[in-house]
Amino acid sequence: MADRTPINEPMNSTVVDERAAPARTSRARLLWRRFLRNKTAVVGFVIIALLIVTAIIGPWLSPWAFDEVDRQSYLKPPSLSHPLGTSQSGRDMWALTLHGLRKSLIIGLVVALLSTSIAAIVGAFAAYYGGWLERFALWIIDLLLVIPAFLLIAMVASNTSADQSSWLLLVFLLTFFGWMLSARVVRSLSISVRQREFVTAARYMGLSGPKIIIRHMLPNIASLLIIDATLNVSGAILAETSLAYFGFGVQPPDTSLGSLLGDGARQISSFPWLFAGPAVVIVLLILSVNAVGDGLRDAFDPRSKASGMA
Amino acid sequence: MGIFLFKRFLNYAVLLVVAVNLSWLLAATQLDPRSLYEVANPPIDPVSIENNLRSRNLSDAVPLHQRWLVWSRAIVTEWDWGQSPRGSRVQDEIDRRIWVSVRLITLGSLLGALLGVVIGTWTAARQYQLSDKMLTFAALLGLSVPSFVIASVLQIMATWINESTGTRFFEFVGETGSHGNGFGAEFVDRLQHLMLPTLALTILGAAFFSRIQRSIMLDSLSSDYVRTARAKGLRKSQAIIRHALRMSLIPTSTYFAFSVATLFVGAAFMEILFSFHGMGSYAVSSILGQDVHGVVATAAFGGVCVLLGALLADLMVAWLDPRIRLGSAARVG
Repeated sequence: MADRTPINEPMNSTVVDERAAPARTSRARLLWRRFLRNKTAVVGFVIIALLIVTAIIGPWLSPWAFDEVDRQSYLKPPSLSHPLGTSQSGRDMWALTLHGLRKSLIIGLVVALLSTSIAAIVGAFAAYYGGWLERFALWIIDLLLVIPAFLLIAMVASNTSADQSSWLLLVFLLTFFGWMLSARVVRSLSISVRQREFVTAARYMGLSGPKIIIRHMLPNIASLLIIDATLNVSGAILAETSLAYFGFGVQPPDTSLGSLLGDGARQISSFPWLFAGPAVVIVLLILSVNAVGDGLRDAFDPRSKASGMA
Repeated sequence: MGIFLFKRFLNYAVLLVVAVNLSWLLAATQLDPRSLYEVANPPIDPVSIENNLRSRNLSDAVPLHQRWLVWSRAIVTEWDWGQSPRGSRVQDEIDRRIWVSVRLITLGSLLGALLGVVIGTWTAARQYQLSDKMLTFAALLGLSVPSFVIASVLQIMATWINESTGTRFFEFVGETGSHGNGFGAEFVDRLQHLMLPTLALTILGAAFFSRIQRSIMLDSLSSDYVRTARAKGLRKSQAIIRHALRMSLIPTSTYFAFSVATLFVGAAFMEILFSFHGMGSYAVSSILGQDVHGVVATAAFGGVCVLLGALLADLMVAWLDPRIRLGSAARVG
């Protein structure tokens, strides 16, 4: 905002807002009010907040450490000392679930943030500049989409040594193969935004390309980006879960909800407690994330019928 | 329009070739067939290990570019996709497995997309009514449950229905079972076995597409051209189907092309859970078995599926979008 010249003044929204100063409602407040109307989303938001807090204070919520082995009880059903039972190797399921939740949340959030950012930047730059840049970006996107990502992630992840940082490789792989679909959609939406008057106006005022993209184009597709980011959080967690089912996910002794669920699903009929805890948490988490995404979409959409008189 | 589609097809063919080669490169550098022999007990003579690997073009002692030349020449000249570390031919595996996956993926993707678009359109038109809320929540739930959990639950439910009705209506082991000799009995038997995995894939696809379709549909419902259509006297249903639905299908088609890739993974789950011997279960066992050529072959199959999906999506877009149909604009899709 350093280059604010007088010619920029009409673009500046505060000028318009000052006139309506007495009854002024900030955009954030408006969005918040709209968001609160969607009860599913509010419930989802509360659940996510609770889950995040639980994940953070997790280590203090269980007398057992997640990698601690209780040699007295292997594969025991829920009891007083182990509220969710114990695993095959004698680890406390409650502590494992808490630790898995923490890992899954981190994986989901980091992958979503990274891949949506990459998608927004690649898609919008390709749409704004067009020409060779656009063709090259689209070609790379198509290429990465054609390669069966799941196979390659599984292959790389299964053949690396299992140390404490192996989940970072997983985050990298999930991001690397996770941004292309959104980038295509960002691009096709950006093309129509690019032809709008305010972008032309900004260009004639001498704003540079990257600034136009970041200040004027991306905010106009923000609703898509936000939905996309939420879908990516759940998508990343689910992708990790799928990999984990085949044994390609987060490697032991570290664990994630996906690894727990993958192990549990194999023995669902004989040892259901291995499955129940992680399954409930993961479905709750992903359901809430998706519900919040929906709520945000409705809040962001200025034409949404729900917005009413906010 | 013909030229547009031909160009896309050519582009896809190039993409596929590059993708398959990249997959080979990654597989050849990441997988370690030698380790299979080294863990053998009693130990195998290192010279014979090397000879075995060399005869199958899998030895990491041979420079990468030479291995690549041998591998690609065999495919180009003889359509030979190589051998597994144990010496069986990849081509035989593919011949045996490919149609199993093709059936699953085709049925699952088409049914899922169709159902999803119908649900998405219907719920968008009824935004915030009870039916919209319930279906939107059902779609959310469908997307929030990992596919193998959905399939496991379906299996449990099917067992329960079978037991309580005393029949074997739901079949969930393998692709075919015992059946009578009557006319069409084999076909019915196959359908019974296909039903559960296809149902699981359809649920996944429908949940995915109904969300996208609803979200895009809501945008296009509040757009000027739909208002114009209503203003010139079209009924709401006509305005929705002829204008809003038609335009909203263009971005949805883009998603279809690449949902096929997700479906490839989904199909792999179903194949393993329902004991189908398809390409997905082959892919997993190839990775676990350090089978470089098997992995590349399944990757190529996945790529072909995605590209057929993309071509289908292009056909849809070309048919829906007048700018392409009349051949005026290049910057679409």
